[in-house]
Amino acid sequence: MSSSFCTPAPHTGEGDAGHVRAMARVRRIVGLLAVGAALFLLPASHFPRTLHAQAPSRGKLLYDQWCAECHGETGGGDGSAAAYMLPRPRDFTRALYQVRTTASGELPTDADIRWVIDEGMPGTAMPGWKSIFSDSDRDALVEYVKSFSRFFGSGTPQPLDFSSKPGGGGAAVAEGRQAYQTLECFKCHGEAGRGDGPSAPTLTDDWDFPVRAADLTASWLFNGGPRVEDVYRRLRTGLDGTPMPSFSDAVDGGVITDEQLWYVAHYVVSLAPARAPSGGDVLRAVRIDGPVPGDPTDEAWSAVTAAYVPLVGQIIEAPRWFAPRVDGAWVSALHDGRMLALKISWNDPSRSPDPSWQEWLDRMSATMTDVDGPVPTAQGPDRMHVQFPLAPSSGMERPYFLGGDARRPVFQWRWSSGSEGLVEGTATGWERFTARGNPEATSVGRFQDGRWEVVIARSLVPADTLGAPAFHPGRAIPIAFFAADGSNGEDAVRGALSAWVTLHLEVATPATAFVAPVVTALLTVGLGLVVVARAQRRARTHELDNATEEQ
Amino acid sequence: MKRSLLVPALMVLFGCGGDGGGGTADEAPQAAVAPLGTATVSGVVSFEGTPPANPAIDMAEEPSCTMAHDNAPTDPQVVVTGGKLGNVFIRVMSGLPAGPYPAPAGPAVIDQQGCLYTPRVLGVVVNQQLEIRNSDSLLHNIKAVPTENRGFNISQPTAGMQTRRQFATPEIMVPIECNVHGWMKAYVGVVSHPYFATSGMDGAFRIGGLPAGTYTLEAWHEVFGRRTAEVTVGDGETASVAFTFTAG
Repeated sequence: MSSSFCTPAPHTGEGDAGHVRAMARVRRIVGLLAVGAALFLLPASHFPRTLHAQAPSRGKLLYDQWCAECHGETGGGDGSAAAYMLPRPRDFTRALYQVRTTASGELPTDADIRWVIDEGMPGTAMPGWKSIFSDSDRDALVEYVKSFSRFFGSGTPQPLDFSSKPGGGGAAVAEGRQAYQTLECFKCHGEAGRGDGPSAPTLTDDWDFPVRAADLTASWLFNGGPRVEDVYRRLRTGLDGTPMPSFSDAVDGGVITDEQLWYVAHYVVSLAPARAPSGGDVLRAVRIDGPVPGDPTDEAWSAVTAAYVPLVGQIIEAPRWFAPRVDGAWVSALHDGRMLALKISWNDPSRSPDPSWQEWLDRMSATMTDVDGPVPTAQGPDRMHVQFPLAPSSGMERPYFLGGDARRPVFQWRWSSGSEGLVEGTATGWERFTARGNPEATSVGRFQDGRWEVVIARSLVPADTLGAPAFHPGRAIPIAFFAADGSNGEDAVRGALSAWVTLHLEVATPATAFVAPVVTALLTVGLGLVVVARAQRRARTHELDNATEEQ
Repeated sequence: MKRSLLVPALMVLFGCGGDGGGGTADEAPQAAVAPLGTATVSGVVSFEGTPPANPAIDMAEEPSCTMAHDNAPTDPQVVVTGGKLGNVFIRVMSGLPAGPYPAPAGPAVIDQQGCLYTPRVLGVVVNQQLEIRNSDSLLHNIKAVPTENRGFNISQPTAGMQTRRQFATPEIMVPIECNVHGWMKAYVGVVSHPYFATSGMDGAFRIGGLPAGTYTLEAWHEVFGRRTAEVTVGDGETASVAFTFTAG
């Protein structure tokens, strides 16, 4: 956007220098009196602008150093890093802000902009700056960011009235589910809220970049906050610049009551876990009496709580991938002393390849062109890789997490929704993978409502102990994951991966653990009885002796 | 699709746009603002060459919308009938006395019918109400994506819902879109005065109530861009203007 949108008007250094030189000439020629007259006649507004140019504002200094690389020097959302990001950094020139307290299309309040600077936008590259900059610095940034758009002028944006109470109670979620259907939220967010509705593949933001319908089961990634009141506000205001509309007119027009809108918020929040996953959990394989389940729908999985493993874009090896679809995987593990079964669940709105997602892929390949070569235009399968060190680790050292290296190879299960199914083998680098014939692991995959659930099972000790790792209960087993969505252009090494996490197989309680306490108790009681009996006998003998002496 | 083409044609027939801007056929002509003069500019927009085929719309996800169309629906980007081009927005670009021209009291209306906008191309005067109606028994969101004005994005989850918005700054054109149905597009011309019209299916347009004078008219089409023409018209006269767009 043109710099004329910025206020105050830019005043270049060259102009200032010229001005100073001109003034010196005036001084020389006409003398002090004339200088005084000239100063008097200059428009008053000239001075503050000159001063401003000489001493850039605190907001500009901070912005240029910390924000411009993504958001661009003139706030156009076109910094040097922007092409690597999706969603793209916000273009401040249009003054469209997602997280606001004002009506759709209205400017945000200063507090709204400040909130985003403070808290960041989860699930995007925008971090929160609350702990980095002072209060006054963050206020200075608000002012500077506003200066990029000519829409911020006189007048103060007015927040909507959010004084209604959230209600709630047992019926709120059920009522909210009903309203979610009536309002057709599922059109974008999907029946189960996983961002897989029929319109999801077609969504674009106001800059024509592809934009995901929010996965409502991952509330910790919500822009604007995960609480019921946060969600309610987003429903009232919409998220400007995105396809998410405001429902305030529907409330004002009597199409839906304010209470029902609160119920929708309650329902949306109910779709996510009550506590945001920390991602630092150890994956505990619970020991069951067996056999381990081979199917993701098996009742046996209810015996174990799934742990969340966050996944991030693979941005180390080319082609790097900055727009991963899969944010994380939920992993459950069971073993019966003989077999291990892993259930890996992750949200992916498309069962790739899916013709209805071709429009999405076309847009992705048009958008992410600047990063390490072209994005494929044909959809591949969805993929999930599970990786272990090939050899048991000595100490804390683990193989390189990107597929190991020649010194420390890794073993991988490469599952695909395509015809190849599960392939296993060893890798000595991300793309140096050697598949093994006769895979020992089996897999069952199931896709429903924007979610993959895949069970991979294998005996704890493989037949070929050199070509595959053994899983010993009681030992920490490093494990890592990689996920790819074929409809999102994620082929080859494009996708999302985890760091190493730890799998721990529960140790069976040995029989002696149950017998020993009983034996100990019996012995203690027995010994006690002996001691008591002895004491009683001794006492009786003593009495008899005394009686004899008395006689 | 037929319905969506009919309304712009009716608008032209009733002279909407020229006498206060952008009503639809079922709106009474708005006489709240007295015309400045008695001159009229009218004409026809012609199209030369073979018009490109309109893209098909897959409405399978909305059976009620599919049923609203006799044939397989297409996105009516290019409407050419007998060499005449419809849905061209024509306005007086220069030559008018300095304003301001007050906004008409009544609204301009855009409706959502069968998962298409009716009309597809319309005009409003700055600060005139734009009334958005939903005649479909399903969710539409209406997103205005202007660059000179503030946009909006509102949901209309049921049939019969009406919402009003306005634009404060002239802008040719403000795109309107529905994100639930990605094919739905409309264009609103925001003009500082009421002297504009949209060409009908027969390519015809008419702008009345003008003061005598010499004007530059601009014609805008969503695919073929812009054309301008000069015209001089006296009081009580009707001057004829022709615009021609060509394929490719």
